[in-house]
Amino acid sequence: MLKYLFEPGFFSSGPVHTAVGVGAVVAITSAVVGVFTVTRGQSFAGHSLSDIATTGGSAAFLAGVNQFWGYLAFGAGAAAFMEMTGVQRRRGRDVATGVVLGSALGLAALFLYLGTLRSSTTGASFTILFGSVFVLTPSTVPALIASALLALAVALLLARMLLLSSLSPDIAAARGVPVRAVGAAYLMALGVSVALSAMVIGAVLSTALLIGPAATALRVTKGPVRAVAVAAAIGVAATWLGIVLAYDSYYWPPARHGWPVSFFVVTLIVGGYLLTYAHPRWRRPARRDEPDPEHACSPA
Amino acid sequence: MAELLRLDGVGVRLGGREILRDVSFTIAPGEFTGLIGPNGAGKTTLLRVILGLQPVATGAMLLNGSVGYVPQKLAIEPDTPLRVRDVVGLGLDGHKLGIRLPSRARRERVNEMLTAVGAQRYANARIGELSGGEQQRVMIAHALIARPRLLLLDEPLANLDIASVGGIVSVLARLARAEGTAVLISAHDMNPLVPVMDTIVYVASGRAAVGSTDQVVQPEVLSRLYGQHVDVLRVHGRILVVAAEETGAVPADAEHVTAAG
Ligand SMILES: Nc1ncnc2c1ncn2[C@@H]1O[C@H](COP(=O)(O)OP(=O)(O)O)[C@@H](O)[C@H]1O
Ligand SMILES: [Mg+2]
Repeated sequence: MLKYLFEPGFFSSGPVHTAVGVGAVVAITSAVVGVFTVTRGQSFAGHSLSDIATTGGSAAFLAGVNQFWGYLAFGAGAAAFMEMTGVQRRRGRDVATGVVLGSALGLAALFLYLGTLRSSTTGASFTILFGSVFVLTPSTVPALIASALLALAVALLLARMLLLSSLSPDIAAARGVPVRAVGAAYLMALGVSVALSAMVIGAVLSTALLIGPAATALRVTKGPVRAVAVAAAIGVAATWLGIVLAYDSYYWPPARHGWPVSFFVVTLIVGGYLLTYAHPRWRRPARRDEPDPEHACSPA
Repeated sequence: MAELLRLDGVGVRLGGREILRDVSFTIAPGEFTGLIGPNGAGKTTLLRVILGLQPVATGAMLLNGSVGYVPQKLAIEPDTPLRVRDVVGLGLDGHKLGIRLPSRARRERVNEMLTAVGAQRYANARIGELSGGEQQRVMIAHALIARPRLLLLDEPLANLDIASVGGIVSVLARLARAEGTAVLISAHDMNPLVPVMDTIVYVASGRAAVGSTDQVVQPEVLSRLYGQHVDVLRVHGRILVVAAEETGAVPADAEHVTAAG
């Protein structure tokens, strides 16, 4: 069985080792940060950051530097901008935000076009938009790991404050939590996570790795610790399995040239999410609206 | 007895408008105080002043101990991954950095609080799945677990059915007595609180009248407060504050409607 899953050379390939290691670290970070993104109702902020990171990656390509620095600069910059203007607190996607995000992708198209003219490497556009964990430049790997650990550390360090703030910002503030600063630090971690996910599955798809495992975990767990653990496990499983399948697909039709990793990772994540609707126990209603049996009040 | 809280001539301005003017009262340990007034009178604003979330324009506030707070409404997303026991636990250490290891002492303290408010039955349910009355009990446990000297509650009885109102009031009265915790509870309908209130702080038209229920809930006192003639009716053991003429500015839509409905 395992012989059929792992095609020859999988375990001895250098790029595969890098992909498996970086993929896991990024998947864990994105999933953990993603749990708080969903909990705080900021999925849309995550989505906006991924659009802007796309522009950043394309600009980096045009400038001839590794796309990670473009993702990171634009992702973190946009996060800071959102924090200052407060747009991330606006839940709906209003027209102005939509127009800005549309123009971000328009710029990305221009940068990619100009960059391709200059360097005539057509594969780069694909890598920026849809990622490729197999072609990570070895020199960026330490930076990827360090950024991931930093974002993960911020999320875990602020975990309780973030949960208390999402319960009630007033309670958190009254208990001395610097609610605004905590939100800003968290948003920076979100920007970094988007940049990291963009490296693995591409800027356009990066929210899948961020939101997908978290949303799935929140459907099948109740408490915070389990939600974070299950989200991380789903993220790593989807990434690893995606890497294995992409490696195998080098032997598949039509081109015998390998299918994109992002296709497998995103499909697995979406498949996992849809599975939660199949199991009756997880098909729970959003709200239980029975009258409360207050008379069943306990004796002191 | 040394006082826990003292407000001295507190005035608050919001958006250039004077919301509260010259509000003065004190709360002693273990005292049960009702903060009564119609919608928009400034009850939430006054609680935010005491919590240190709202700066005062005039006067001073002196607080001699820790405060627990039960806000009127939780702003949670439906899939927030917090079970009832997690919410109560956050009352102990939700303001701290880092993650914590599970401990038996902590688990027992959480269970003890859940039992005290009668919420142990749904201890493992998600907070977002509970009804309003159940959420209020959980938030009371959350606020009390750190043993505050003063518990502030913002309209915990609004939008609850009669049975839930009675349940919450008795839980509060019992806990206040047992732990010596002072309670300041806001409400637009004073009736459920009349049996348990030591002091009433009645806010209207930006000012406050303070005293026992009998002292404050009088036509002369409330007419002076509202700046127009109001009657105080006692019907079937309920108190109704009624404006002589419907000007819209007045209590007519507070106690009056609640009592009639
Ligand atoms: N941030 C704000 N800016 C301006 N006015 C406000 C603000 N918050 C509350 N108000 C006004 O202050 C008054 C008192 O509000 P509030 O304290 O919420 O009343 P209550 O809790 O008694 O219903 C209301 O008229 C409200 O419109
Ligand atoms: Mg209010």
